[in-house]
Amino acid sequence: MAIRDYIRERFFPHMWCAGCGHGTILNSLLRAVEELGLEKNDIVMTSGIGCSARISGYVDFHSLHTMHGRALACATGVKLSKPELNLIVPMGDGDALAIGGNHFIHACRRNINITAIVMNNRIYGMTGGQFSPLSGVGKKATTAPYLTIDNDFDIAELSMAAGATFVARSTAYHAKEATSILKKAIMHKGFSVVEILSGCPTHYGRKNKEGDAASMLELQKTNTAPIGSKSLEENPHLLARGIFRQDERPEYCEEYDKVVQSAMER
Amino acid sequence: MAENQNVRFVQGNEACVEGALYAGLNFYAGYPITPSTEIAEHLSGRLPEIGGKFIQMEDEIASMCAIIGASLTGNKVMTATSGPGFSLKQEAIGYACMAEIPCVIANVQRGGPSTGNPTHVSQGDIMQARWGTHGDHSIIALTASNHQDIFNITVEAFNFAETYRTPVIIMLDEACGHMREKLVIPEQGELPIVDRLRTSLGKDVDYHPYLPREDGRLPMSDFGGHHRYNVTGLYHDMWGFPSNNPEIVQKLLHHLCAKVENNIHKVTRYKEHFMEDARYVLISYGSAARSAIHLAQERRAKGERVGVLELQTLWPFPAEMIREKTKKARAVLVCEMNMGQVMSQVKACVEKPRKVFLANRYDGKLIRPRDIKAVLQLVQGKGV
Repeated sequence: MAIRDYIRERFFPHMWCAGCGHGTILNSLLRAVEELGLEKNDIVMTSGIGCSARISGYVDFHSLHTMHGRALACATGVKLSKPELNLIVPMGDGDALAIGGNHFIHACRRNINITAIVMNNRIYGMTGGQFSPLSGVGKKATTAPYLTIDNDFDIAELSMAAGATFVARSTAYHAKEATSILKKAIMHKGFSVVEILSGCPTHYGRKNKEGDAASMLELQKTNTAPIGSKSLEENPHLLARGIFRQDERPEYCEEYDKVVQSAMER
Repeated sequence: MAENQNVRFVQGNEACVEGALYAGLNFYAGYPITPSTEIAEHLSGRLPEIGGKFIQMEDEIASMCAIIGASLTGNKVMTATSGPGFSLKQEAIGYACMAEIPCVIANVQRGGPSTGNPTHVSQGDIMQARWGTHGDHSIIALTASNHQDIFNITVEAFNFAETYRTPVIIMLDEACGHMREKLVIPEQGELPIVDRLRTSLGKDVDYHPYLPREDGRLPMSDFGGHHRYNVTGLYHDMWGFPSNNPEIVQKLLHHLCAKVENNIHKVTRYKEHFMEDARYVLISYGSAARSAIHLAQERRAKGERVGVLELQTLWPFPAEMIREKTKKARAVLVCEMNMGQVMSQVKACVEKPRKVFLANRYDGKLIRPRDIKAVLQLVQGKGV
């Protein structure tokens, strides 16, 4: 199938700014779905609120554009009620880890078979450039004119500590790598978290002097290195890319089926 | 003894559980909170027995979200809560209003605001049920004063949710929720059950999830089926895609309100006790109505023409029915356990608002017949 068959052309052009990393991530994701040969009717994409959340409107799957931070909670209801569906939940960094932080860690803990994608641009873009829990210390934002003093999360560490059984990181620059990671995440049985570094030249880049879209993409290349690579070993300040964890553990819906079975036998 | 198999001695919360299962509930998500917790406890055991699903979520918000997700795959869904939990669910209740997702929320009322008193009775959430979530919308809220009626209105709540594609709120209170009394569970088929209206359009036909039929109803299509569409909390067009077009926005909001308000006669439920020739009408609902009925019975025995109009549909507010039923009354007494939330509605709809009085308690104690009697005597000019 052509990639166009996976989008709702009627609703294009999309509303993302020129140079936004989200479009590239959508591309990586659709290629993963295509390469896996998944049926469109079997996919439910659930999203929250923010620039990232608009992604669910553009894809020709069942799509549920919910409330800020609540995508995973809604997705949990969809998945548990119909486990045969593939749940893909793209979220922004504020969406997933600020207002949706509680839902995020509990979805990890349950190990329910959902693929969560954090499109991390380190800023609240839609509301105009406020700092997020992923901005980190010393960053400029419309709500931090004197620079941020808030520490950031490490999404991979947080997800692993909370119990996610597939945890990975890639970037918009590494679009092919992102596709191959997303394929594994979607096929993984259990809760998977894929952080994909995106870029917001409009707000984050401009305020923090990271240049235009192209130079921000360049930073995703120079500031990261694959897990196990020599460059990562030699320079621990680089951000690791790749799969951090890929474990097998009982999956929530399958465990609930056992509950049903024992309740019916009683 | 076969005829006695369906007779139970249960809490009001269990009557609600039985009604929900009778109506076809198969997905529940919840979070523990007093005084509604028994609903979750019972369903955690009952649902898997029939192949249904129960999930205890991480918070009240997530519980409301999870039932929204599960409704979209074609299930009859419910959550239950109380007090602060009802406040937390309001965001997602608004989402279900906007996206027209059938779901049932039981709110077993306790003292408020804030933590208030979790273990004592109140009816302080009447206005929150109507206006708890932001923006113009309509809502259906039902209540009952005894366990048989709790069962019945719970079944109706599911029927209304499916018919009008809307959240329906069941307003119980701590006294009814925890009190035990007899419940007779009807045979299957005795009470009507409304199943989901699904589109009959074939797979290659363009399905418009938000294009109302002539009768205002919108046939649904389950997630996982062959119609793929967008569901959003934004203003949206007939495809469910976000729209700022003023014409579309106005039409949408009008539809969201009209689909319920235009059917008020179909969703209005009430009971009349000693209402024939009543000169003093006690308007009450929930556990407060039990005391009002008790008092009316007592006054009737003394030859006084006192009756009770017991409300079961609180929203949309049955204004026309109340105006009609109180036409001949010398005075109307609203008996409730809050500071006059229903009274203000009654005043707004009767011909003589000055003849509407309030007999209430809001101290965590169940209102007694003698509390109402004290006010009734004042109104009757008999002194205290």
